[in-house]
Amino acid sequence: MAHISKEDVEHVAHLARLSVSDEDLEKLTEELDAIIGFAEQLDELDTTDVEPTSHVLDIHNVLREDTIQPSLDREEALKNAPDQKDGQVKVPSVLE
Amino acid sequence: MSILEESVASLHTKIKNQEVTVAELVEASFARIREVDADVKAFLTLNEDRALEQAEKLDKQIQNGGEVPFLFGMPAGIKDNIITQDLRTTCASQLLANFDPVHNATVMDKLGESETVTVGKLNMDEFAMGSSTENSGVQETRNPWNTEYVPGGSSGGSAASVAAGEVLFSLGSDTGGSIRQPASYCGVVGLKPTYGRVSRYGLVAFASSLDQIGPLTRSVEDNAYVLQQIAGHSENDSTSADVEVPNYLEALGKEVKGLKIGVPSEYIGEGVDEGVKQRVLEALKVLEEQGAVWEEVSLPHSKYAVAAYYLIASSEASANLARFDGVRYGVRDENAKDLVEMYKETRSKGFGEEVKRRIMLGTFALSAGYYDAYYKKAQQVRTLIRRDFEKVFADYDVIVGPTAPTTAFKLGEQLDDPLTMYANDILTIPVNLAGIPAISVPCGFSDSMPVGLQIIAKPFAEETIYTVAHAFEQATEHHKARPEL
Repeated sequence: MAHISKEDVEHVAHLARLSVSDEDLEKLTEELDAIIGFAEQLDELDTTDVEPTSHVLDIHNVLREDTIQPSLDREEALKNAPDQKDGQVKVPSVLE
Repeated sequence: MSILEESVASLHTKIKNQEVTVAELVEASFARIREVDADVKAFLTLNEDRALEQAEKLDKQIQNGGEVPFLFGMPAGIKDNIITQDLRTTCASQLLANFDPVHNATVMDKLGESETVTVGKLNMDEFAMGSSTENSGVQETRNPWNTEYVPGGSSGGSAASVAAGEVLFSLGSDTGGSIRQPASYCGVVGLKPTYGRVSRYGLVAFASSLDQIGPLTRSVEDNAYVLQQIAGHSENDSTSADVEVPNYLEALGKEVKGLKIGVPSEYIGEGVDEGVKQRVLEALKVLEEQGAVWEEVSLPHSKYAVAAYYLIASSEASANLARFDGVRYGVRDENAKDLVEMYKETRSKGFGEEVKRRIMLGTFALSAGYYDAYYKKAQQVRTLIRRDFEKVFADYDVIVGPTAPTTAFKLGEQLDDPLTMYANDILTIPVNLAGIPAISVPCGFSDSMPVGLQIIAKPFAEETIYTVAHAFEQATEHHKARPEL
């Protein structure tokens, strides 16, 4: 049984901000289907009442004093930006 | 014999006594790179002008009676996902082909405190996703023991550069085995420290709950020197542990008499090559002769680790790699009409196949309707895997087994099937899921390629690992073997 359809892959690609050509769509659907099928072996395990581990260290809410620290100046922060104008990052239009 | 064959401790003394200059050492490193890197292809970027300039400055400092800390003047290679100020850092991705960081990773500042010399940046699987370095968006690194074979991955350049004698040590990163597996394939020593032992600030994040930076070296002692320098808490990484850093050098030379070793039956059973298994059993005998005892134990959930890992690591990666959108850095696609198209085209053209595959898998596992079935389930299995280790460590000091089920494979051999490739990490992944430390040390050869012995310990027990690894190394000649290039 297929775990994932071409439509699922197209939807996920949009969520991930990736474009997938028609040619790649088929291959990617097959590959993801195989990987997800492989991952479903986890269903063999009973995990009722097992706490999920999101992180191995027992730390929560690491806080620090709210004081001004040295930071990058504007020129440095923009050094790697592909396009910029008036000291700001420039991007293509968001709305038509 | 090249001067770079000597140990950190020996070179340190020679530099201090002005028997060797830093310039000689750094020049020897670049000479070796010129000699062999056309074949090995470990380096993506060289830092020659600045390294030689720094060497000259350091030699003047010594002449003027300045301090000479350990690692002072030692030529090092750095994996290309660790950011280095004003030195190109690409993660072996076309998307970051023009990225020059404006600050250093914490580990680079720490190495800077002892005036280590960065020789260059090392090749890797793109964004550290892979087990052979064939997923690099730039070049294929070769195994120095046989250049038709992969060096392992993702820190393939880090392992190959040390094995080829191009640098004295390197830094790599390990998310599911990416330091230990290439160390095993290339016959060098590679440590993945406890999660939180080394600051991840400035390590380009792949899977934040699993990633850890660690050293690759030719000996256990050299490894301890490098960890000593890079370990510790940093304010910029709230997941770096505020736990005192012991003196790792003091762990070397201690006896292993009475040490209890657990050998998981899952690590020497089906799927592990006979040659690899034999080398590991011989290694256990060496430790036994020194008074350690070993027994078979079980890590019953090991076989589920790969599946849990790919769901967790890919989910975290899909979130972490969202930042590569062509806005603040990277190579932007210039033809897009609007912002969303720019994102999509930039990412689709900049990322390689494996990176896209994992972003897709992670996005799927985290998407509405699937989160509980895949991501949460994997996190619950992660808990079961942690408990397996906790149970064994209640009765044993260390766990020992192979680092990888096989020796290095040929270039191109496993590239077609992602699932076959993922199985190379079956013995290293559980350690990352549990957040515990582990090392790979050379323990001989099978079919003329190096085999790695993996030694795993409790959280923050790197000292125990070094004690056992050093005792084994000193009783054998494996670490003295060098590839012919």
